[in-house]
Amino acid sequence: MIGGSVAVASTCCLGAVVPPLAMLDWHAVFFMLFAAAACGCALAVVLADNVVRMAFYLVLSLGATAGLFFLAGAEFVGAMQLMIYVGGTLVLLVFGVMLTAQAPFVSIKTSAAEKAFAGLLGGALLTLLLVAALSVEPWRRPGSVGPTEPSATPLGMALVGVRVDEPPAHSPAVGRSGYLLPFEIISVHLLVVLVAAAYLARAKRRKTPRPVEMVASVEPPVSVAEHAAIGREAAVGAPARSGSVLVGGGS
Amino acid sequence: MVEYLIDRVGLPGWLAWTAAASLAAVLILNVIAGGALVFIWAERKIAARIQDRLGPTRTGGKFGWLQSLADGIKLLAKEDLMPDGADGMLFRLAPYVSFCASFCAFIALPFAFDFVGLRLNVAVFFVVAVLGLEVFGVILAGYASASKWSLFGSMREAAQVVSYEVPLGMCVVVPVMLAGSMDMVTIAEKQAGWFWNWYLFHDPFTFVIFWVYVTCAVASVNRAPFDLAEAESELVAGFHTEYSGLRWSFFFMAEYGSMFLVSAMAAVLFLGGWNGPVPLATLAGLSEGTGDTAGYLVRLLGMVNLLGKATLGVLVMMWIRWTLPRLRIDQVMTTCLKYCTPIAAVMFAGAMLWQLFLPGGLVPGMRRPAGEIREGWLEGPGGRGAASAATGSGDLVLAPAAQVRP
Repeated sequence: MIGGSVAVASTCCLGAVVPPLAMLDWHAVFFMLFAAAACGCALAVVLADNVVRMAFYLVLSLGATAGLFFLAGAEFVGAMQLMIYVGGTLVLLVFGVMLTAQAPFVSIKTSAAEKAFAGLLGGALLTLLLVAALSVEPWRRPGSVGPTEPSATPLGMALVGVRVDEPPAHSPAVGRSGYLLPFEIISVHLLVVLVAAAYLARAKRRKTPRPVEMVASVEPPVSVAEHAAIGREAAVGAPARSGSVLVGGGS
Repeated sequence: MVEYLIDRVGLPGWLAWTAAASLAAVLILNVIAGGALVFIWAERKIAARIQDRLGPTRTGGKFGWLQSLADGIKLLAKEDLMPDGADGMLFRLAPYVSFCASFCAFIALPFAFDFVGLRLNVAVFFVVAVLGLEVFGVILAGYASASKWSLFGSMREAAQVVSYEVPLGMCVVVPVMLAGSMDMVTIAEKQAGWFWNWYLFHDPFTFVIFWVYVTCAVASVNRAPFDLAEAESELVAGFHTEYSGLRWSFFFMAEYGSMFLVSAMAAVLFLGGWNGPVPLATLAGLSEGTGDTAGYLVRLLGMVNLLGKATLGVLVMMWIRWTLPRLRIDQVMTTCLKYCTPIAAVMFAGAMLWQLFLPGGLVPGMRRPAGEIREGWLEGPGGRGAASAATGSGDLVLAPAAQVRP
């Protein structure tokens, strides 16, 4: 339903600042909407001083970026963005923040020097990216990047070694120079990480009879249950002792 | 539909797109909200019957079928409370985050042939990814409530959902592998015909993995026996302890929406989608692909099929909820990591080998050969030549092998 590419949309929204209603292009509107959401929430991440709110803004920003991918017809990349960044990493991030954030760290104040340094760094990176993007000749002409057929198949085929985006000229071997080796290397790397994580998170063998129940229990310790204040600090601080084990078991 | 609005009705393009998109959105919203009303009533009646009670009997006549509506009015009129120590913005937003995630996943769900909000090439992946976002609303609610019960509930939920995504993903991959596509419309199409064409009966491995999927699906939507995030007897009400009124009901709409979604997904992936057990339309000589009234009626019949299967799945979940006792958190983790994940992995490998060595099934001629609609570039020189000739400028053209093959 929503096809086309980001390049087309960007030229549309640059060309007509206030389009008349009859010329309303939903593609451009959604592009501007998602782009504004991504940029605004990214700014909010920097400017907010509560850690969990920062994470929430980051979720919105990354979600809007996923929307941009969908708008550009890169459905697989968009879904991947949702799955890995929004769904996986950020849940773990928020989870970790909630478990580890003690009262002094829940609110983070950024000093002026840090802001200046971060602004300098970010500005330099933005300049570099803008120059690089504008130097690509086909991207500067409106409509030169046509709508692509949204399909994850070429991506998957390329990862197992068959490049279908480059039709083989002479022999079948030419068409089979895909990304099989990088894919395998990354797979093995991830496997190593998984095994290591399982090793670190496993229940330690102790003399006590039932280690599993002890590790997995999330009931609050007595000292915390007796805690008088039921403010957020108490609620956040409470599970920090028993919860870190749970993260290991859960992830 | 957009073409129809532009050509026949004469609407301008932007208005036609708006109308079409709004219609789809409203329909999906009604599936969730209306479904929640019906399912809450059904859950009360089923729970009552299982516990040898009557359940609601007075509101709206004999069976108490207006009970959900009365509940809804009560929730609307209820005061919206917020604890003093709560993080106001996150507390207010959390129910909508959950609900939006549940709603977004419905976009890619096909209700019948061509009855789909947005036909995505990676629909299965998209639904699984978006469904995982629902937990984020729960975590936010638990954190922002400034209550220990809420926080413990949301921690349990996060651990559980993140864990169960692993075996759930493995289960979902098997039908994707059999169909050769992540497009849910294609997956359902390939199970057309009699019920033995369903992937549930494709081979022994898919039969086993379907039940693993059911377990993981129940766990990933936090239904009993995996409802540790709520756990009324231990955590008051878990993550939504501090919620009341309409915000609370948003959590419940999200929960019932997700239940319906995973059931519909089970129907599409394993139970033939909108294809009934008996291909009535095909026997009558009708096709769902045609654009005339008959084709439309066939598609409506398909939608009834799919909604029926999904409703059946939800009812089974209720039956499970009121039959089995709740697991402990360590038992939940053991079920996931020591049983579901290895079983799913072995069954995945088994289904792969079966597909490799027995692609036609044990009884020849009974089932259409799987992988019938593969893309054309692996089909030898003929298919490759045809594909590259069609592209011309080097663009990708997805030529189905069915067209390329003689």
